[in-house]
Amino acid sequence: MNAPANLKYAASHEWTKLENDGTVTVGITDHAQSALGDIVFLELPDVGRVVKAGEECAVVESVKAASDIYSPVSGEVVAANQAAVDAPESVNADAYANWLFRIKPSNPSELDALLAADAYAATL
Amino acid sequence: MPLRTPLYDSHLAAGAKMVDFSGWEMPIHYGSQIEEHHVVRREAGMFDVSHMCALDLSGPQSRDYLRFLLANDVAKLTTPGKALYSCMLDEGGGVIDDLIVYYLGPERYRIVVNAGTTEKDVMWMRGVLTRFDARLKVRRRRGSDAVAIIAAQGSDAHERRQSGVDAVAMIAVQGPQARERFWKAFPEMRASTEALGVFQAAELRFNDADWLVARTGYTGEDGFEITLPAGEAALVWYQLRGAGIKPCGLGARDTLRLEAGMNLYGQDMDENISPYEAGLKWTVDIKDTARDFVGKAAIEGPGARPAANQFQGLLLLDRGVLRAHQKVITPQGDGETTSGSFSPTLEKSIALARLPHGVAVGSEVEVEIRDKRLKALVVKPVFVRNGKPLI
Repeated sequence: MNAPANLKYAASHEWTKLENDGTVTVGITDHAQSALGDIVFLELPDVGRVVKAGEECAVVESVKAASDIYSPVSGEVVAANQAAVDAPESVNADAYANWLFRIKPSNPSELDALLAADAYAATL
Repeated sequence: MPLRTPLYDSHLAAGAKMVDFSGWEMPIHYGSQIEEHHVVRREAGMFDVSHMCALDLSGPQSRDYLRFLLANDVAKLTTPGKALYSCMLDEGGGVIDDLIVYYLGPERYRIVVNAGTTEKDVMWMRGVLTRFDARLKVRRRRGSDAVAIIAAQGSDAHERRQSGVDAVAMIAVQGPQARERFWKAFPEMRASTEALGVFQAAELRFNDADWLVARTGYTGEDGFEITLPAGEAALVWYQLRGAGIKPCGLGARDTLRLEAGMNLYGQDMDENISPYEAGLKWTVDIKDTARDFVGKAAIEGPGARPAANQFQGLLLLDRGVLRAHQKVITPQGDGETTSGSFSPTLEKSIALARLPHGVAVGSEVEVEIRDKRLKALVVKPVFVRNGKPLI
């Protein structure tokens, strides 16, 4: 299972990356894209939306099914990846390069509750 | 314990992702559902459909039995090999299943029914059969199959002995190149199958076993559906792959049939829906007014219940993906999608839907998807045929 060690994970199959500017980039894991199959549509949160950790804030639709994406941390959405919206299949090609949205966390300590790569892999 | 077809190991070897389908462990895709879809539209793909159930009907009243059992009329099958699509209705006019019946010869028919409905179908068919002089034999599928047990209970000792050796597998080869590549793998079958018209089949004797090669399918493309001995399925699959026919999963099968506007039993119709509410009026044959069939009184003639809705297609104009059971908002009232997905050929989302009477083809409606209302165009429910978009 492909789960890079420099990322932290939610049990609901999102990955997070803490950026140098303090924001958190969010995407779905390789396991999630593989389970969903061919992704054809992304619905991402509006920039400026304030979300809570665990809140539904995006939808990934494959040919097979629609799947809710939960924000791993609380905070304000500061970016959504329009390139991924325009080419949803890119998430299948590389789930870690093709992020979905970026959050400015209101409570950075929430990141500590997320899983390390090996702990996430153990849940699969 | 899930049921497995004779091709289970072949699927794993080809990298299939397996899922449960009506108790059968079946391939959903072998990597990319969309690529498999395109392969069938553009070249040739194959599907393991061994989970579907084949039944052999024989005896002096076989024809009379089928004319009473089915809403379509087998009287129009006069040339051996000709096939017919039909609904099997209950007394209330609801659809018990949809099926294909092949006329093999005088007093002999082959019937193929859906996997998920097999047990219910066989019980129903046996029930109706008690009034007729004919015999119905379930062709055994591999696996610890409840249907095999039903088959054994209802058959004589000779049939029970036979049932261990007559298990069948079914492979559908579909796509514009499917027949050519099938003949490349089995050149000895070309002569006997080249002249087959659409919805026509040939019984063949090959390697000391019986095959049925039918020019039918569930994709909107040309091709064959092949019934063969279960024990030979894995080798045949391997030979077909060698001839350039690519394994395709149930995922692509679903988007292909949806584009072709073909109903899926259990989703687009069931016992609560009459064929007239599922776009299947063309399959109900009432030309012979003297013919009675199960469900006829409920859908035709005095006292028949009128169709509650019309059955149409939807093309999503906004971005998103239509799914089954979404609310459709129209000026004439609400409707509901029954199947929906992303169409790989059109690169747009499409659906089949039950809509109120009076909603015109070409009009715009709205579909409720999560908290949004998205615009969709009402279209005739055939989106793609023979590789060509129709809308």
